[in-house]
Amino acid sequence: MTIELKGVSRWYGNVVAVNDVTMSIGPGVTGLLGPNGAGKSTLMHMIAGFLPPSRGELTVRGGHSWRNPDIYRTVGLVPERDSVYAFLTGEQFVTATARLHQLSDPAAAATAAIARLDMADVAHRKITTYSKGMRQRIKVAAALVHDPEILVLDEPFNGMDPRQRLHMMDLLDKLGSEGRTIVFSSHILEEVERLSGTIQVMVAGRLAASGDFRAIRRLMTSRPHVFTVRSSDDRLLAGTLIGRPAVTAVELSRTGLQIRTSDYGAFCRDIAVLARDHGIRLREVQPTDESLESVFAYLVAD
Amino acid sequence: MLSLFNPTVAWITTRATLGRKRALLFAIPAVVLIVVTVALRASRPPSRPWPSHVLGTFGFSVLLPLTALIIGCSVLGAEIDDGSIIHLLATPVRRSSVIMTKFAVATVLTMIFAAVPELIAALISGGGDTAPVIKITPGSPPVVIPGTAVNSTDFAIGLFVGALVGAVIYNAIFVMVSAATTRAIAVGLLYVLVWEALLSNFVSGARLLSVSHYCLGIANGIAHDVSLGAGLTVLTSVVMGAVVTVAALALAVNLLSSFTLKGEPA
Repeated sequence: MTIELKGVSRWYGNVVAVNDVTMSIGPGVTGLLGPNGAGKSTLMHMIAGFLPPSRGELTVRGGHSWRNPDIYRTVGLVPERDSVYAFLTGEQFVTATARLHQLSDPAAAATAAIARLDMADVAHRKITTYSKGMRQRIKVAAALVHDPEILVLDEPFNGMDPRQRLHMMDLLDKLGSEGRTIVFSSHILEEVERLSGTIQVMVAGRLAASGDFRAIRRLMTSRPHVFTVRSSDDRLLAGTLIGRPAVTAVELSRTGLQIRTSDYGAFCRDIAVLARDHGIRLREVQPTDESLESVFAYLVAD
Repeated sequence: MLSLFNPTVAWITTRATLGRKRALLFAIPAVVLIVVTVALRASRPPSRPWPSHVLGTFGFSVLLPLTALIIGCSVLGAEIDDGSIIHLLATPVRRSSVIMTKFAVATVLTMIFAAVPELIAALISGGGDTAPVIKITPGSPPVVIPGTAVNSTDFAIGLFVGALVGAVIYNAIFVMVSAATTRAIAVGLLYVLVWEALLSNFVSGARLLSVSHYCLGIANGIAHDVSLGAGLTVLTSVVMGAVVTVAALALAVNLLSSFTLKGEPA
């Protein structure tokens, strides 16, 4: 395994950010998922060598990452913060990174990395003029310039539009299938629908679940949900909805309907069709308790 | 030695430092110094000891450290503040070479923005000649003790060399402070105003730990001007300056090696 964590904890004063995490990360794509504040970034920073664990052992290819700049010969890091040397052009930035890695041909390595991220057209522009998604990609190009065996990406999908996100997911999949170890973090499960590989779910500093992306996705789409619905005829809607297999309970009140469903996706399709067929006007369809915490808590409880 | 200087780091640092709006501030202390010198020169005879006080005491304990503070904190502190330093640190470049390169860039910029203006101001001031003193003793006629005429070229060169040395020591300190705290400018300002400008000039024991007095000591070694008020010998100044510089840089390397990213935003 390329990255090993044994009983790793990290605390700040009285606050425990990461609590006794043990995991092994090998080649392929690994997603570190969890709501904000779950300790993902803290864990990523420790893996990347920018934070010492308070307790436990963390090794990257057998060596410690803390106070050991030599690991960056095989590790590429894409930090979360959107701070790059914005006064440089994309090409200058990636070439400078190649020089810092003391590559024999920095210009060629930069050109290859830029092409890989589909940034050749804008590489001559200053980074100040880039959109957030473009900045994210130029950061990935810089992190890949020395062809690292391990790539660590902190929230790489932040600020990307759906098309850029798909492109990035394809790239990560491709890098993973080349035998590299790709670790990324994300707080939005839906963002990573296209990826294959394993995920590690963190909740409140603990490693709460790990598994295959597909299994997690199935759980996501079929998880129970509560919706608040207001319509032109709540009683009629309640009567028709209760006949659907996806609906497990309907409560009629003066303010509207509370509907429990066992299948998020099926319910959303059903209610639209039923309303149209019965001539009911839907005024509001609102999933309640949609917080990430509850979604992750559900996954963890399962 | 070569591995301690990284041309790529120097290139990025210079562009980042001079590219910021803050770069305009670099010249302000120098402009103030030259304007004050021109104004004093126009209104007073050069034989008064004001050039030593303005360029020596004030120059070395306020203007030079302020310029070094702004520059020394820009080369490293600004990158730590905005987080871009991570792109530099996530590479196998030695931390010692990051610190030494940034220190070198800051020192050269400070020499340009503070030591050269100090030389220009010293030449304008025509300083160095101390005033004659009239000694009056009751019962005997007044005695005129002629001022020790100091060669004004020596005076200018002495101040220039003092400022060059000051640029080196001050920047080592401010680069270290930038690596130690995100409030480097505030800490540095406090140090300059309280320690260098105030205490070291009024508490004689503080001189031994005062960069401005090392500068004065070295300047006096060339200018030989009593009104510079140098309290330390050249040897003491050079030795103490070297010790402070090496210690500050070693500490800075160690601090940067332990650079940590902050936790998740709450």
